[in-house]
Amino acid sequence: MIKKQMLAGFVGACAVMAAPFALADISVGVNVSATGPAASLGIPEKNTIALLPTTIAGQKINYIVLDDASDTTTAVKNVRKFVAEDKVDVIIGSTITPNSLAMIDVAADAETPMISMAAGAKIVDPANPKVKWIFKTPQNDVQMSTAIVEHMTNAGVKTVAFIGFADAYGEGWFNEFSKIAEARKLHVVANERYNRSDTSVTGQVLKVMAAKPDAVLVAGSGTPAALPQKVLKEKGYAGKFYQTHGVANKDFIRVCGKDCEGTFLPAGPVLVAAQLPDSNPIKKVALDYTTRYEKVQGAGSTSTFGAHAWDAGLLLQNAVPVALKKAKPGSKEFRAALRDALEGLKNVTVSHGIVNMSAQDHLGFDQRARVMVVIENGAWKLLK
Amino acid sequence: MDIQIALLLGQDGITNGAIYALLALALVLVFTVTRVIFIPQGEFVAFGALTLASIQAGRVPGTLWLLLGAGLVVAIIDLIQAVRRGTGRRIAGIIGWNILYPALVAALLSLLRPDELPQVAQVLLALAVIVPLGPMLYRLVYQPLAEASVLVLLIVSVAVHVTLVGLGLLFFGAEGSRTTPFSEARLDIGGIAVGGQTIWVVIASLALIVVLYQLFERTLYGKALRATAINRVGARLMGISTTLAGKLSFLLAAAIGAFSGILIAPITTIYYDTGFLIGLKGFVGAIIGGLASYPVAAAGAVLVGLLESFSSFHASAFKEVIVFTLIIPVLLWRSLTTRHVEEEE
Repeated sequence: MIKKQMLAGFVGACAVMAAPFALADISVGVNVSATGPAASLGIPEKNTIALLPTTIAGQKINYIVLDDASDTTTAVKNVRKFVAEDKVDVIIGSTITPNSLAMIDVAADAETPMISMAAGAKIVDPANPKVKWIFKTPQNDVQMSTAIVEHMTNAGVKTVAFIGFADAYGEGWFNEFSKIAEARKLHVVANERYNRSDTSVTGQVLKVMAAKPDAVLVAGSGTPAALPQKVLKEKGYAGKFYQTHGVANKDFIRVCGKDCEGTFLPAGPVLVAAQLPDSNPIKKVALDYTTRYEKVQGAGSTSTFGAHAWDAGLLLQNAVPVALKKAKPGSKEFRAALRDALEGLKNVTVSHGIVNMSAQDHLGFDQRARVMVVIENGAWKLLK
Repeated sequence: MDIQIALLLGQDGITNGAIYALLALALVLVFTVTRVIFIPQGEFVAFGALTLASIQAGRVPGTLWLLLGAGLVVAIIDLIQAVRRGTGRRIAGIIGWNILYPALVAALLSLLRPDELPQVAQVLLALAVIVPLGPMLYRLVYQPLAEASVLVLLIVSVAVHVTLVGLGLLFFGAEGSRTTPFSEARLDIGGIAVGGQTIWVVIASLALIVVLYQLFERTLYGKALRATAINRVGARLMGISTTLAGKLSFLLAAAIGAFSGILIAPITTIYYDTGFLIGLKGFVGAIIGGLASYPVAAAGAVLVGLLESFSSFHASAFKEVIVFTLIIPVLLWRSLTTRHVEEEE
């Protein structure tokens, strides 16, 4: 009996002793919007996190995944938990811009590097001193806007109508797009908004058609972006259609069907990885991701959103070995070293482009991070 | 804005308004009979539409599992109660409705290859899956609380709504679906093209309203529902089962919701959480009717549809603001004109 108690005590002591060793692993706090309005973006990201390697440079990596339900308050709460309870070394997240912006303060105050998977350029705006700790993987809207405007002017489009989400996504796109369009003598003749959950956009569509634009740009994400285009077609609009990279998943083509044939959109190269020329270094990395993802989730399931999570993983795989030389994981020094290592990344090929970080640029993408794509026969086709 | 645009907007507003009107009627019905403000009404719209979309895509709709699961739980609870109370003769009915019926629907769905069936059969199958969820929901959630205050019932409704939206995400995923239209025909009425589906929505809504009217006026069950709505205790003293009335009103609410979803699914993309906003606009209509008057609720819902359509043309960014602000003057007017009756506890 006594022996048994001693044994139990010994086991207990071992468990307590083991705890500090466990801390030597690298913990990554992942905050995604896997439910709520941004679920169509967050779910592929969450699926991708499950594919990330569990060791980097021989060091075990623990991923702690939380869902913020696309809600800003929950996102902040999750990050507080990451820094206070889990003492994570790095944070990945969140899926959408408002949540990521709200997380900046908590991450920076705790001196923990954070890699966002949201598009807003504001997240890594170098004017904010706290952005020292913040990095991100998706292209800025402005890069994508430039690509659209360039394509429009080359195609002889003189007037364009804008119809976008009545939220931060639509607003951000309109600001960036109208600025660039104005500079290139492209006239924005209508500016309409609709909600993701709207069942009818007839009013907006009639107003757009009354303005007689050469082309229409729909700024929405996922399948809701199909609605205005379908209604425009139904009412007999015959001009060109442009969408944003927010629609780059298979469900959009499924819902939009033949009404979306011939639609142009800018996207990360990973969307058309197989069509990239072999000389493009991104092709290999992007194909590696899509094969891994489709092996688990089924053929044709890749979306560009999941690839942002994969890229965050790739950044860590390049930065962690550098940081490990300077400090032990779980310490303040390690987090600082990891931040420095992330900022020092040069010529890292990820599935969306080639990253060259600097103190002024915590995104690090250039023109190679976007391609123009057209929808043809129900599939994405790379425009040369 | 010329006359053509006004006509198109009016047509769009009436189409949406017809759906809101159906939901407003269901909300008024459920509230008057059970005092439940049925926030999950919209979920039945989404479930109906997405179940039909799954059937048409050749997948087993996730709601089938919900039907099987809910049926099983209801059966267990009812069986325990039947045995305790010694009402053994009810056992056959309990098992038949809650276990055998869902199993039959499941068998039909798996054996028939539903994606190759004619569209009418697909619609009937979708309704067969969704409609029984109404009374089951009542049995599981609201029946034990039948005597609780309106506030408690409202809070429970919020919980049910959140649960059902979560289940919707689980069953159907985050992306939306559309279904094939009932008719591809296009009619030319007064110089504007009207889609076949639009006509379907309006005619089916009107037909449903007539059927509901007949049901309440002509049938014993309808009269029982009306009696319960007017005076619960009195109806009970007359031998009308309030439980039966509750289940019946939820059955109708689920049927109206699912049918509305099936009607609009070809016109617009439906998401797992679309139902809430549609239901909320129906609710605005129901509020205009004071949650009591059917014709005023229906008229209010059509007004909401028209207001929404015209404001989406003039100020698309503020459409929802305009629609939901409508509630304030309505409430003011109602509270100034009607005598306030203290809620009985």
